[in-house]
Amino acid sequence: MITGTPKPIDEVLEMLEPYDNIILAGCHGCVTVCRVGGEKEVQVLASTLRLAREASGKKIEIREVSLERQCDPEYVEQMRPYVEDYQAVLSIACGAGIQFLAEKITTTPLLPGINTGFLGVTERQGEWTERCQGCGDCVLHLTGGICPVTRCAKSLFHGPCGGSVRGICEVDKEIKCGWQLIIDRLVALDQMENYGKLKPYKGWNSARDGGPRRIIREDMI
Amino acid sequence: MLPCTGRIDEALLLKAFENGADGVMVVGCLEGDCHYISGNIRARARVKRVYAILEQIKIGPNRIRMYNLSAGEGSKFAAYANEFVDQIVELGPSPINLARGGGVQAAKEEETT
Ligand code: SF4
Ligand code: SF4
Repeated sequence: MITGTPKPIDEVLEMLEPYDNIILAGCHGCVTVCRVGGEKEVQVLASTLRLAREASGKKIEIREVSLERQCDPEYVEQMRPYVEDYQAVLSIACGAGIQFLAEKITTTPLLPGINTGFLGVTERQGEWTERCQGCGDCVLHLTGGICPVTRCAKSLFHGPCGGSVRGICEVDKEIKCGWQLIIDRLVALDQMENYGKLKPYKGWNSARDGGPRRIIREDMI
Repeated sequence: MLPCTGRIDEALLLKAFENGADGVMVVGCLEGDCHYISGNIRARARVKRVYAILEQIKIGPNRIRMYNLSAGEGSKFAAYANEFVDQIVELGPSPINLARGGGVQAAKEEETT
């Protein structure tokens, strides 16, 4: 899922300063699962903002909505009938969702209520960690299911750097060396021959380096 | 009245403040005694989160508190309730009620008139 963290409330209040009636839009997708932008978070943030604004003598009216997904046009359209009645939309979906709203709803300013994080997994309630950087050319079949792009702090492709000490990455004592994890797993799976199969170089043309990407599936159009 | 403090969530607690409460007292069963195993533990975490929110937006601190007692401790309940009310009276009306021109003070004045 796409993860994120709430923006500090003072920052949100500062963004909302010019407005006195807004829509607060959540998303039932990823941000609901990582507890940062779902229906519940909409309720809590709306109450918080109303209280803060009223206490400061400048009341704000907030319409609370939660779209199924902010990254799909049919759900974004659901806001169209009433969006013009409000001065701004504060979205607590991921950056993709917020931008998609901004693209489709061009007459109303869109504000981000969260800081979008990464593609990750839930370790336990309240803890998420990164797993994939969407490189566009997955090699997990050769690396024991552990992503070198993400789990190696330097995205190396051919084994650990000299900073790997007893399985710990030199970047941070809390980070396990991605390459140590990969080698250990390959040994355990008796698949060390895969190590030699890694491409001589990793092509990054399918990754972010070529600018914003697009997927077109002719079979689905 | 809720059957278990586990049903309380942050939104509900904040709503109470929006509806004009100067303080919110959450009373749950004794820890380890929850009929639903961890309802009161969850409630405590949520109360803590709302405490932090209220502090951030300068409505708190000390306007929300969780107490734990058993259903048989009537006199303890009364003592806790009195303690909390005293605490809130001392704090005075919440900034929301001040902005609305009311709160504990106003309520007290109303009572005495
Ligand atoms: S808008 Fe973002 S958070 Fe919501 S479903 Fe789409 S990708 Fe996930
Ligand atoms: S190799 Fe690329 S696609 Fe596969 S998990 Fe890593 S970043 Fe994601």
